[in-house]
Amino acid sequence: MNIINQDLNKVLIQGLGRDGSFQAERCIEFGTNIVSAVHPTKAGEKFNQNIPIFGSVFEAIKKTSPEIGLIFVPAPFAADAIIEQIDANISIVVCVTEGIPVSDMVKINEYLKGKKTRLIGPNCPGYLIPEKKLKVGIIPGSIVKSGNVGVVSRSGTLTYEAIVQLTKLGIGQSACVGIGGDPINGTSFVDVLNMFEEDKNTEAIVMIGEIGGTKEQEAAERIKNYISKPVVASIVGQTAPEGRRMGHAGAVITGKSALASEKINALRDAGVLIADSPTEIGRKVQELLKIK
Amino acid sequence: MQLHEYQAKNILSEHDVPIPFGQVASSDLECKKISTSINGKVVIKAQVHAGGRGKAGGIKVADNPEEAKKAAQEMLGTSLKTFQSGGTEFPINKVYVEEASDISKELYLAVTMDFDEKCPVIILSTEGGMNIEEVAEKTPDKIMKIHVNPLIGPSPYKVRNLLSLLNLEQKISQQISSIIQKLYRIFDSLDCTLIEINPLAITNDEKVIALDAKITIDDDSIFRHPDIEDLFDETQMNQSELKALSNDLAYIKLHEGKVGCMVNGAGLAMATMDITMKAGTAPANFLDVGGSASEERIEEAYKIIASDNDVEIILVNLFGGILRCDVAAKGIINGFKNHNKPIPMVVVLRGTNSSEAKLLLENSELDISFVEDLPTAAIEIRNKLGK
Repeated sequence: MNIINQDLNKVLIQGLGRDGSFQAERCIEFGTNIVSAVHPTKAGEKFNQNIPIFGSVFEAIKKTSPEIGLIFVPAPFAADAIIEQIDANISIVVCVTEGIPVSDMVKINEYLKGKKTRLIGPNCPGYLIPEKKLKVGIIPGSIVKSGNVGVVSRSGTLTYEAIVQLTKLGIGQSACVGIGGDPINGTSFVDVLNMFEEDKNTEAIVMIGEIGGTKEQEAAERIKNYISKPVVASIVGQTAPEGRRMGHAGAVITGKSALASEKINALRDAGVLIADSPTEIGRKVQELLKIK
Repeated sequence: MQLHEYQAKNILSEHDVPIPFGQVASSDLECKKISTSINGKVVIKAQVHAGGRGKAGGIKVADNPEEAKKAAQEMLGTSLKTFQSGGTEFPINKVYVEEASDISKELYLAVTMDFDEKCPVIILSTEGGMNIEEVAEKTPDKIMKIHVNPLIGPSPYKVRNLLSLLNLEQKISQQISSIIQKLYRIFDSLDCTLIEINPLAITNDEKVIALDAKITIDDDSIFRHPDIEDLFDETQMNQSELKALSNDLAYIKLHEGKVGCMVNGAGLAMATMDITMKAGTAPANFLDVGGSASEERIEEAYKIIASDNDVEIILVNLFGGILRCDVAAKGIINGFKNHNKPIPMVVVLRGTNSSEAKLLLENSELDISFVEDLPTAAIEIRNKLGK
């Protein structure tokens, strides 16, 4: 499912702890249509005055028919929340939670096969479409601006970094998608690149990758063969040591292909404009749009 | 979280995976006693969290208890640096004393996560005892894999098919088959990211045994395994990293740089480290204080960075969100006051309460340059280090 090119907007929040509640309020402020929430101990209460809270996702579905699920449930219980939302046939599930065991994620990945749910994350800031006033996750609403550049990143803070620079230069965003810093996630760079390619509002794409895995190389391959829109990319972790986990569970150099330099080379070969540092992304996009 | 060989072998043994008889010793006398009870040739192995022990002198063979005692004496209390330890020296506080085995063939067996295929994978190779990365690079055809559906587990028919390629005697194949199933059960039940048996040995009397064992447990799953958490050996960790860990800070000491880095967010932290290259130098550490760090946590973070003797300058890059910049500034100032070692700083502050933070830092006794962004920070670092 293309999360950018559709009209789903009814959002369910699962997990109303301190962070979940705070972030849910920010989503509402941005204009997101939150129709219900799920929290095991707060069933029957209201969130933010009028949003009903249910004890399970199935009850919430019956009464409020949400289409998008946003999960803030703590790591020990997050995998179960994802499965609950898959079983409830929710179309798009965004899991913000960090620290879900890998063993849980490989099982979820297998379980997802053949199901209609698209999972984004975990360990991600979610996605935001400025024009639709839709914010599903934790990307700060104050920094975005509606426009034609699609942003996709493995890192939350670097997603914000790119958005801030673009907005400062007057360049708006069609959609911003954080796919998450875990080694196993539901949506990859390739998936989001395909979505941007299909999206009429997207004219150029910003992609921020990092060390670890081979997802950036897969993206480079896809860009080379399929993506017609121009791409600006930056890869962080050039100074990271081998074998150490750089904060994100997926950011570990385990072999040659996990190196930043390998990823940069692959992307450059695919015709991508490389920003040496994420701090240069705004300027690179500006150059690119001028040439166009 | 990595386990020692002796801890890993305890787990293997509990799950009926055959291992040679052995026991762990913390003193030379203990080593001698174990060796006496074995009554034959023994192998004494340093218990450290690094591979490549053999080449570094961390594995010794002894013919009698006196020799065993001497070997333990030489190892215990020293530290080991191997080609795989990335410059770190690991203290040897324990040795594992094991009966020597007569080996006819060495294999390699591992269960790990394949992040490209997004599932567990069983890896088997005829090149046991070698560095497997090297084997994979030079002779990839000698590495065989079974990808495992995590909802089903390793299907016995797949294991049989794989083993049939090795042309082993049926008696041996059956033992390996059984070991593979047992290892996978451990891998799954303990949420491991790696179980590596290298070598998996076939003895002269046709027994298959795990000569070495490496088990790594997923840090994110430790909450499910309190008993495993107790096996954590603090002495094998860099002490600053240990201190950071107890303060919920993601900190990694690097060995070549002199720019201490303090950042919120892992991605931004990597970008900040990378920018030091533009200043013609290198980062001394990775540090992510997290999105909602308290004043106290920032203070700890400052102290950890400042107590690193390699650090000549500190680069702070904070993007205020839930974490307010003024809270971070107070933490830095407290850290400086308690530490009192004057280290120049270059600071990038953006977001929530960044102007309040700037005022606080300007009024402190710290030597600080405020800059707009990372590229400017690189120039400023170059200037400051040049002086």
